[in-house]
Amino acid sequence: MRAMNVVVCVKQIPDPSGTMKLDPTSHNLVREGKLIMDDSDSYGVEMGLQLAEQAGGGEVTLVSMAPGSETSGLRTALAMGAAKAILVSDPALAGSDALGTAKVLAAAIKRANPDLILAATESTDGYTGTLPVQIAELLGLPAVTFSKKVTVSADKVVVERQTEEGYDEVEVPLPALVTVTAGVVEPRYPSFKGIMAAKNKPVEELKVSDLGIDASQVGAAGARQEVVSVSPAEERKAGEIVVDDGEAYQQVIAFLERLKVI
Amino acid sequence: MALEKIWVLVDRTGDKVATASLELLTKARELATTVEGFTWGDASTLAEEAGRYGAGVLHTVGDLAGGLPGPAVAAAAAARIGAGEVPDAVFIPQSYNGRDVAGRLSARIDRPVLTNIVNLAASDGSLVTEHAIFGGTEILNARFTAEPPGIYVIRAKSFAAEPGSGGAAALDTWQIPDLGATGAARVLSSHVEETEGPKLDEAAVVVSGGRGLGDADSYRLIEELAKLLKGAPGASRAIVDAGWVPYSHQVGQTGKTVKPTVYIAAGISGATQHMVGMKSSKNIIAINKDQEAPIFSIADLGVVGDVKKVLPQLIEALKARS
Repeated sequence: MRAMNVVVCVKQIPDPSGTMKLDPTSHNLVREGKLIMDDSDSYGVEMGLQLAEQAGGGEVTLVSMAPGSETSGLRTALAMGAAKAILVSDPALAGSDALGTAKVLAAAIKRANPDLILAATESTDGYTGTLPVQIAELLGLPAVTFSKKVTVSADKVVVERQTEEGYDEVEVPLPALVTVTAGVVEPRYPSFKGIMAAKNKPVEELKVSDLGIDASQVGAAGARQEVVSVSPAEERKAGEIVVDDGEAYQQVIAFLERLKVI
Repeated sequence: MALEKIWVLVDRTGDKVATASLELLTKARELATTVEGFTWGDASTLAEEAGRYGAGVLHTVGDLAGGLPGPAVAAAAAARIGAGEVPDAVFIPQSYNGRDVAGRLSARIDRPVLTNIVNLAASDGSLVTEHAIFGGTEILNARFTAEPPGIYVIRAKSFAAEPGSGGAAALDTWQIPDLGATGAARVLSSHVEETEGPKLDEAAVVVSGGRGLGDADSYRLIEELAKLLKGAPGASRAIVDAGWVPYSHQVGQTGKTVKPTVYIAAGISGATQHMVGMKSSKNIIAINKDQEAPIFSIADLGVVGDVKKVLPQLIEALKARS
């Protein structure tokens, strides 16, 4: 079998279990403190590692865009077994939208010349959900989104793609981009050896100018959209809370009866 | 009318217009003088319904020869826009195929996209979008500053689908330009996963399970209760990520939006990511061990208790009634 070089798009995000907030002036998501690898991306990393292992050759390269030369999330994926990373970090990128980000990542991915590009269906913090397909279009590649199973044979991949009614079996020649849903594989935990090795794995850091992209295409200006206002949503009020004493289910039954559901 | 022309992606469920597209046609009809649909495949079975909900014309790229809709539909729309046929806005449902079309169209015509839209309003001749952020605790309004068309990707159930008085849409064919490698994916086969009972996003009752169930096997309690209530089983992202149930069951920001008469959240703490997909349910019942769980703040009836005790009791009680 041929070697399989896989690029996995990895987003480094603020810990989603913490409090997220918007900057009151720029309306950008506040990204302070340590960033972590988006959990959604761990499935792509695992899938990439498995496919390279099955092919008996090739490696996983991570591609990421983050402010402040942030690598802590990338180190997690490197510790899982990815070989190297490309990080685009540039103050000019602040406020970039999905299309601007796609332009940057597409240019970075091109340098790695992969057989397969993997990404999550959407990120946990921004969840625009169009970025991978925008990357595929910019690179002139086919894409299969919402994959729940991926198998490689020779120079093509066969994917089970989620649909409203079930799934489609879709075949796509390489090179191609595939987005994977969560739960598609069981991401491995980094071993101690992996964590130590990750510290010395290469992370190539690039600026927007290194990618041949005009700075006006990215960042807040390139986004060509603006936040008009942010306001608190109307709150839904809490109702009755009962502590189960072994009979609370009867109150659920009574509630359903009142609604004439039963 | 605020706008001249809006294009609506007519997503399909077999030979019918997908409900999410009927919702968008309804809204587009209210916002613009001219509404046109665009789709793929044989559009003749869609023309009447698309017309009744507001489309004067229905463009189709025709048979995809086994290809996926995204690249072909986006390229054909981009070609029309390139030829000077520029609508003010393109409305796209946030569905599997809708997102593919939106992403590819955005890159093709170099226009930004706004996604996860839950409402739209006209203001000074342009559209202001509404997005529920941070689990729906805050509302963000935005608008495009780019040249038209703006690409609006809108969540299902943001608008009610209401038929108007229009007759069948006039059919028109859009040529598909050369797609190069972008169109190389081929659908080998389609599989329908038979599910008993109503669909998750159409059910009057949804029973969802989360990590509080403890293990994958206990999800059968959710399925059983849903069946007894003639509802659909749903899930939190946590147990989908853990591989207990398929992604198609997921309710939330990254899954389906549901607005049933009754939503029962069992063993779900109420992460913001989940709440945004279900907080518009008419009635919410939450069962969770942790009294501090955020889900209780939006529940009409909250039971602080172990789902593995309460669910079997509920199931027995319902069985005894039938």
